[in-house]
Amino acid sequence: MKMLTVIVRPEKFGDIVAALRRAGVTGMTVTEVRGQGYQKELPQIYRSLSYQADFVQKVKIETVVPDDRVEEVLQAAVAAARTGRVGDGKVFITEVIDAVRVRTGERGDAAVLGPGADM
Amino acid sequence: MLTGLKRMATVGLTAASLWMLPAVPVFAQGTAPPAINSGDTAWVLLSSALVMAMVVPGLAFFYGGLVSQRNALSTLMHSFFILALVAVQWVLMGYTLSFGPDIGGVIGGLDFLGFNGVGQEPNGSATIPHLAFAAFQGMFAAITVALITGGFAERMRFPAFILFSLLWTTLVYDPLAHWVWGGGWLAGLGALDFAGGTVVHISSGVSALVAALVIGKRYGYPESLRPPHNLPFTVLGAALLWFGWFGFNAGSALAANGLASLAFVVTHAATGAATLTWVAVEWTLKGKPTVLGAATGAIAGLVAITPAAGYVDVLSSLVIGVGAGLVGYWGVNWLKARLGADDALDVFGVHGLVGTWGALATGLFASEAVNPAGANGLLSGNPAQFVNQVIGVVAAWAMAAVGTYVILKVVGVVTPLRVSREEELVGLDQTLHGEEAYHLSPTVFGHASSAFGMDSAAAKAGNPADARPSS
Repeated sequence: MKMLTVIVRPEKFGDIVAALRRAGVTGMTVTEVRGQGYQKELPQIYRSLSYQADFVQKVKIETVVPDDRVEEVLQAAVAAARTGRVGDGKVFITEVIDAVRVRTGERGDAAVLGPGADM
Repeated sequence: MLTGLKRMATVGLTAASLWMLPAVPVFAQGTAPPAINSGDTAWVLLSSALVMAMVVPGLAFFYGGLVSQRNALSTLMHSFFILALVAVQWVLMGYTLSFGPDIGGVIGGLDFLGFNGVGQEPNGSATIPHLAFAAFQGMFAAITVALITGGFAERMRFPAFILFSLLWTTLVYDPLAHWVWGGGWLAGLGALDFAGGTVVHISSGVSALVAALVIGKRYGYPESLRPPHNLPFTVLGAALLWFGWFGFNAGSALAANGLASLAFVVTHAATGAATLTWVAVEWTLKGKPTVLGAATGAIAGLVAITPAAGYVDVLSSLVIGVGAGLVGYWGVNWLKARLGADDALDVFGVHGLVGTWGALATGLFASEAVNPAGANGLLSGNPAQFVNQVIGVVAAWAMAAVGTYVILKVVGVVTPLRVSREEELVGLDQTLHGEEAYHLSPTVFGHASSAFGMDSAAAKAGNPADARPSS
């Protein structure tokens, strides 16, 4: 089991979620975040001053998938998120020790697979 | 003699100065008091309510949207509290200091102390109850003080704010209103101010600048920008100000008549012209037409036309509006950066400078062909009127600057003017008022330490989170 932490452009959020669902992902956690990379945000104007936010608006999607599905889900997320311009974001992959489905007490892969999921 | 007559006409009908002559001598001379006209009375009472709506929610939301989220409530509170404070001050002493029988051209006498003698009958030549006039003027007093708060927003302590507001409305606004409208020396000179360009806008704008200088900049200004937290609030507030301003300007005719209609139309036209101008200039120079620019341009137009509203024709009002857009944009975007003061919400640029333009423009464009009770301005061949306007402007600047400086120095001795750095960074809503503007999460992150004063068996038994020792 691994967690994919997908930090991407907010405007690509819908595309990415759709791609993840097509790849069989049934559960994810979403957070609106700000972050800093090489990207400069579009300038905003306040009175005579233009200013740029140091931290750019991003959306973070976290999803946990069985080891044998990581590559497929990863490729789906990256393909959907990519525009080719600076600021497309990052995906971090981390090992997950275990998972518990609260309702049933299922552990491990069974806890993160959707009911009837074929992954 | 001719000059004298003309001066009387000019003075006597400078909008509110219809009231400059105290009731008693008028009646004593055997002149019958004018009958109350129900249409006039209805219009002035409605206009009073419109001006009230300029303070809250108009100005409150205009300013409230411009500040940082952590100061949203404290900024709304400024306008709201002032409305209440001046309501009481006006009844007790503000009205009589402004509109009581003239003492040496400087201040009103105490005949109307506590609204004594302010009754349902007309007083002076307007066909409305004395009470209606006094109510209308009381709203003007409130909005003037409220305007200043934009200069010291996001850093002034609440006790100092209260004391300053009370002293300022009593010692600066009331005398100034008397000078121009209450039969004081500026009225005697013939300076025209239909609805408050000098009394309201120059005085508040200059005072805001002085207050910003005395109190000092917000931490991080101007390097760390704190952009407006809710511009839709600001647009909402600007729209309500525009709406309420019809009461402010057209109501200053003190009658539901042709003059009120003129004031209504020129107010709208000048505001449109100023908005278009501001947007055009900003778009040209900065590449984007900002919404805040449009809202600010509208306020500039309203400010500029205020002193002229009863004296100029409709086409002149467009020129006044264009000038307002240019002067306001210059003041807020060029001059402000060079003044070194943190006039947080641009009261000086939009009210002080544009108010000055409006007062001077009145001296340019005023025409007796428009309002026989007014005066001819420079463009109608009367340079003397322009000089009168300059004197009025200088007097208002001086009174506001000196008055504000002295009052703040005195208040500063009694109680500190500004919050600590820590309090400012946390935000005034939390530190001064114990509240936050926005609780948008549905999650409950806290619990009441005592529900309705019953921190009792029920609370202790029912809420495991309340397991800490209670005293």
